[in-house]
Amino acid sequence: MTAHEVTTIIGLEVHVQLKTQTKLFCGCSAAFGAPPNTQVCPVCLGLPGALPVMNEHAIELAIRAGLAIHCSIPPMTKWDRKQYFYPDLPKGYQISQFDLPICADGYLEITDPADPDGTRHIGIIRAHLEEDAGKSMHDEVAGKSDTRIDLNRCGTPLLEIVSQPDLRSAAEVKEYLTQLKLILTHLDVSDCEMQEGSLRVDANVNLHIDVDGKKVATPIVEVKNMNSFRAVERALEYEVERQYADWENDGLTIEDNPKTTRGWDDVNQRTFVQREKEESADYRYFPDPDLLPVRIPSERVEALRQSLGELPRATYLRLQSQHDLKPYDADVIVNQGPAMIAYFERVAEVSGDAKRSSSWIQQDVMRTLKDRELSIDAFPVTSVGLGELLKLVVKGQLDNTRARDVFNYLLDHESTVDQAIQSLGIEQVDNSEIDALCQELLDANPAVVADVRSGKVQAVGSLIGQAKKKNPNANPQQVRETLLKLIG
Amino acid sequence: MLDSAKELLRMQESGDLTAVEITEQALAAIQHSDPQINAFTHVAAELAVDAARRVDAKRLAGEALGPLAGIPVAVKDVLCTADMPTTCSSRMLKGFQPPYDATVIHKLREADAVLIGKTNMDEFAMGASTETSAFGVTRNPWDTDRTPGGSSGGAAACVAAGNVPLSLGSDTGGSIRQPAAFCGVTGLKPTYGRVSRYGLVAFASSLDQVGPIAWSVDDVALLLESIAGFEPRDSTSLNQGVPNYSEILQTTDLRGLKIGILRESSENKAVDHAILAAVHHAGDVFRSCGAELVEVNLPHSEYWVPTYYVIAPCEASSNLSRYEGAHYGHRTESIDSNSEQGPLVSAYCRSREEGFGAEVKRRIMVGMYALSEGYADKYYNQALKVRRLIKGDFDAAFTQCDLLLGPVTPSSAFRIGEKVDDPIQMYLCDLFTVGANLAGLPAISLPGGFDEHGLPIGIQLQAPVLEESRLLFAAGAFQSVTDYHTKRP
Repeated sequence: MTAHEVTTIIGLEVHVQLKTQTKLFCGCSAAFGAPPNTQVCPVCLGLPGALPVMNEHAIELAIRAGLAIHCSIPPMTKWDRKQYFYPDLPKGYQISQFDLPICADGYLEITDPADPDGTRHIGIIRAHLEEDAGKSMHDEVAGKSDTRIDLNRCGTPLLEIVSQPDLRSAAEVKEYLTQLKLILTHLDVSDCEMQEGSLRVDANVNLHIDVDGKKVATPIVEVKNMNSFRAVERALEYEVERQYADWENDGLTIEDNPKTTRGWDDVNQRTFVQREKEESADYRYFPDPDLLPVRIPSERVEALRQSLGELPRATYLRLQSQHDLKPYDADVIVNQGPAMIAYFERVAEVSGDAKRSSSWIQQDVMRTLKDRELSIDAFPVTSVGLGELLKLVVKGQLDNTRARDVFNYLLDHESTVDQAIQSLGIEQVDNSEIDALCQELLDANPAVVADVRSGKVQAVGSLIGQAKKKNPNANPQQVRETLLKLIG
Repeated sequence: MLDSAKELLRMQESGDLTAVEITEQALAAIQHSDPQINAFTHVAAELAVDAARRVDAKRLAGEALGPLAGIPVAVKDVLCTADMPTTCSSRMLKGFQPPYDATVIHKLREADAVLIGKTNMDEFAMGASTETSAFGVTRNPWDTDRTPGGSSGGAAACVAAGNVPLSLGSDTGGSIRQPAAFCGVTGLKPTYGRVSRYGLVAFASSLDQVGPIAWSVDDVALLLESIAGFEPRDSTSLNQGVPNYSEILQTTDLRGLKIGILRESSENKAVDHAILAAVHHAGDVFRSCGAELVEVNLPHSEYWVPTYYVIAPCEASSNLSRYEGAHYGHRTESIDSNSEQGPLVSAYCRSREEGFGAEVKRRIMVGMYALSEGYADKYYNQALKVRRLIKGDFDAAFTQCDLLLGPVTPSSAFRIGEKVDDPIQMYLCDLFTVGANLAGLPAISLPGGFDEHGLPIGIQLQAPVLEESRLLFAAGAFQSVTDYHTKRP
């Protein structure tokens, strides 16, 4: 694209809605999707006289998330008011955290998209708790300009995770968001549904352009309104191109115009200028006098640290080293969450064959989960059952086709593997029986014998099919070997 | 004129009076005096008679009755009531009826009190004369040319006028104690967090506290007992048991009690001679009861008022942001759609312009300024530091004495209009009261004499955090050997 060397600089602000039953400062339900203004009380409406009371569960979730991204948790954190006027902000201020966030100074480890064996550490400046605002719904149909306000979302707990400007490409951003989402869903901190707004991303992006050995920075653009990972990726790719083209055109740099805000237009796949603020906002932060500072004893932090267990990134690496899985396969399993990881590990342990376990899980298990809209917790074939089944395959006592029959039987019957094998009439066929069967087929098909002798070994295939018809329990591999041996 | 709450309870028990009769007397007294005094923004006559009827029925049926059964209580219009408007005496909230009761209101109902109505106040509790009310000034029953003080002017005036025996005020910088002093009644600002602020419309959250006003210490104790206590919906509420304040001994024996007199206040030239004389006299009374008097000093007391007048407006500017005409309360009818900043900002600006009075606007502007970028360190953060020094002064003083004695106000009730155009003069009314708010201490204002115009003078006692019992004990002793609190206009 360029005659100059260009470095892309991206920092992210990710808002994650914490998975609490109730809102951050009152007892109203934080569930998504209720009819407008049905989940509200004097506190979240900001009515005169109402007072906030902190939700302890939100603090716990924030600490868990912070620890998982290697943040330090200070012994004291506090609440501040961030003041601005907006119709969906009923108090005229948002309760947030300013100078003492609950989580500070961490990092997130991601796979380098440019080098699958490499890792990158993306710095986390801070993660702080805040209450969400409501939602304005603008209705501009037929010349009306009607705005309705839904305050259901007011007061739902958010964790705002602010990264260092360490990201260098849209692909890295996507990887960062994927890893972050994986951690947060793994810890049950958030469900991270972008469509429902429980994960929202704002990206600050600009370019450092090398001009004759001197670094020139383009104005920073904050891109908003991206509501899918794909949109984030596209928006950033677009923005990189646009900023370079603009710079070539007008030469404007960060000194001329430090920061602007742009929205993402998903239909036309481009960013566009949002209304410029003429001066930078002064939020007049000050400590919220209605809420006491929060003390977080180090024992509590340690207990929460212990409760985290193995995090997805570590599992991903361990599945590769311990079970010899390929990065792709390890990734697929880790992405399915803790229950699937546990399922996989048990199947691998019982069967003694991790790769076979992984491939069965990725194909048969996950397809069935999808078809039947089940979660792995409710899956009819237990991990031990599948492990035992695969063990028989490993030992050569069942072929894949018969194993699949057993698997399908187990899906619909409460049964052990042995019972299933019995019910399906699967038995071990002894060698003399196979020999006899093969001889019988060869006698009846001299043409095949001739073909094989003339070098068309694949011609035995048709006899294997016939053998299966005559005796469904015959192992095709054994039949094939016997046929070739008998032909000589 | 109604008797004290204690006496009214006794008369109901003996069958001399019913709750309905008491309520009707209260309503009649209000009807008689309020055209002159204007202590009420709302009188809930029907609701009150209904409540009284229920009390009488319960009594007749032999059911258990709450400690304030059948006692008319007036409530400052800064407390949310689900069945009466809550206006904070502001055009901004004219006609606003909250969907919920403040915790103290709920507690009063539980105690079987009869809520008689809402009392007038300085707009959003900002003022020292009840002249900033959007619903007209309240007049002092002792001299209707004079103010009753503020901001709980209506709450103090209606008790002084004998409309009700008990009322609830709120005190952010002296707003219970100063009007109590001007009106010759007893008013207590409890420890910060002793009484729940849930449902108290916020002025300055870290300073506000609800408290009782009555003729005597006995009745103040009775009302405090009913409203104090831990409240899970208020994070700043103190999780401490409530002592039985009413059981404070009726004693004149204060031996072993050390009372500190503030050197600064007794030397202050801005204070009227009669006030200083009353404090001096109160000291003699306490000494005659056996207390020991010591002189103490609070080195940072000269910073009380400036510190207060930074912190309070900062918090107020934030707390009052919610009044913008979008969700409830006053909304302008003249939105300028062609305004440069757009119709939304125009709607906010005009609604606030029309809804707020001058004093409220002044404090919002001061607060916004003091919190703004580049100034917060110079003003707000500096004030927080000084506030810690002020608290330290009190802690040190209370190692030398059990209670502090001093004036409530620099003068007795001033004339209506006298200070209203001079904010600094008005702010100096809080000279002796704001210290307790900055430090979160309990403090009581007691009738302590009269000046040459026959106007009441208050004296103030302050105690360490949660030592309301000690305050009431000493104040009770004072009232058992003096009769200032029994004088009526």
